[in-house]
Amino acid sequence: MARAVSTRRKIATTALAWAIGLLIFFPIFWTILTSFKTEAQAIANPPLFWGFDFTLENYAVVQERSNYMRFLWNSVIIAGGSTLLGIVIAVPAAWSMAFVPSRRTKDILLWMLSTKMLPAVGVLYPISLIFVQFGLLDTRGGLIVVLMFINLPIIVWMLYTYFREIPGEILEAARMDGAGLKEEILYVLTPMAIPGIASTILLNFILAWNEAFWTLNLTAASAAPLTAFIASYSSPEGLFFAKLSAASTMAIAPILILGWFSQKQLVRGLTFGAVK
Amino acid sequence: MATQHSRSAARFMMAPAVILLLGWMLVPLTMTVWFSFTRYLPMRGDSIERGLEWVGFENYVRFIGSSSFWPSVQATLVIVGGVLAITVVLGVLLAILLDQPFWGQGIVRILVIAPFFVMPTVSALVWKNMMMDPVNGMLAHLWRFFGATPVSWLSEASVQSIILIVSWQWLPFATLILLTAIQSLDSEQLEAAEMDGAPVLSRFWHIVLPHLGRAITIVILIQTIFLLSIFAEIFVTTGGSFGTRTLTYLIFQRVVDSQNIGLGSAGGVYAIILANIVAIFLMRIVGKNLDK
Repeated sequence: MARAVSTRRKIATTALAWAIGLLIFFPIFWTILTSFKTEAQAIANPPLFWGFDFTLENYAVVQERSNYMRFLWNSVIIAGGSTLLGIVIAVPAAWSMAFVPSRRTKDILLWMLSTKMLPAVGVLYPISLIFVQFGLLDTRGGLIVVLMFINLPIIVWMLYTYFREIPGEILEAARMDGAGLKEEILYVLTPMAIPGIASTILLNFILAWNEAFWTLNLTAASAAPLTAFIASYSSPEGLFFAKLSAASTMAIAPILILGWFSQKQLVRGLTFGAVK
Repeated sequence: MATQHSRSAARFMMAPAVILLLGWMLVPLTMTVWFSFTRYLPMRGDSIERGLEWVGFENYVRFIGSSSFWPSVQATLVIVGGVLAITVVLGVLLAILLDQPFWGQGIVRILVIAPFFVMPTVSALVWKNMMMDPVNGMLAHLWRFFGATPVSWLSEASVQSIILIVSWQWLPFATLILLTAIQSLDSEQLEAAEMDGAPVLSRFWHIVLPHLGRAITIVILIQTIFLLSIFAEIFVTTGGSFGTRTLTYLIFQRVVDSQNIGLGSAGGVYAIILANIVAIFLMRIVGKNLDK
């Protein structure tokens, strides 16, 4: 039974919740709004919430001057590549742990989690040495591999929690009906596993997209993704509010949209199944 | 149920992930530990090929003995502690609020969660310029509106500013997890308490908070692990000056700026030990949950 709530109370809650929501969202809103202003209007005093000349010029300038598309493409390749590579390696592992658990499964899962907790800065120099040795510095391939390792524990964990929810009886029923291992995987398990795999891909794509330690430290010019592109705006000569806003908006827009779809996965993926 | 055959197949399927992660963990870690016991200054011509001079625990002693070590520990503790306090307290309140019925729940949730998806370099730059800039930032406008003198946040209140930026990024995470936990609370129990005339505060204290205990612990542990290694937020705002040089940033500077690999590696080993102390507690909770 739902608790009866007085309308007055609901109105008060609505007002408070919206006020807080808008306050939290304000920096993002303000950035998006500023990106459509001219530079002069962007620093107008008092600040302009309306009545400014709507312009797309900043977007054109950012693209032209810093070749935004190249950074965007690097981000897509690096985040996408590392996620898919991670999935390919993690699916069989998570699969076997979920369906053929052994005494050591729990220890292996916890150990994998522990590798995630290794502070990156502690291994920065060895990794850069290895990168130099193999000619991986400032390459997309190198970053794909590193980010794959960073997210592999989360990918395995998420997949494991999803796979564990697939009831084992279904497999037995399929076997009774004479399905071989191949049919079992192809027609029974895969359709049931796809939503979990898709959620895992989504969340890890976002995490890889936003990763900002290795992407800043292991790239220079050619493989730099959006995180590094934005960081280049921190130097004083790049300080133009409207253009900074346009660049920021372009860097976060794709992921904000994806992120809104992944709220539920976020909880599962980042608490390792401890909060459901 | 599992046959011998499927067991060996399972091991085979697990092998790539386990072997790769093992390599990813052991190879760099071994190198860091090795470097930490050597004199390794690439700028002065030291290199692995020529052989590194073994110096024992000298780097470990020097890292702790340096004048920037304790301030960096303090900065780390203040920033991590501040962010945890803000995100947990506000997260609980916000989760309770969002759990109430009101119009536009879906949209407000989206607004609240959005900061988590903003990449760290963008949120740092947006806060640094759009919000905290002493001339054109929104806070400066607000201060002037109320007749106060604008503050140059990132130099005058640098640590607080970093705490604010990072809290803004992590509040959505805390809220979302606590909200998930609250939604699993048995509402009948709350109703019974309400009917018995228990006041709001005591209902919160005796029913809601104990129920959230585990979720709060998990939020604290997971955030601590991520917060101990915040980097981009400091890198693009203060660059470690004005008392914002955390342990992570100090190690970064030793390795990258001063190119003292031995010293930086010793610092890295300290950071790894510190992270592992936190990790042990998290693993206990996660592990217990696995048995269910």
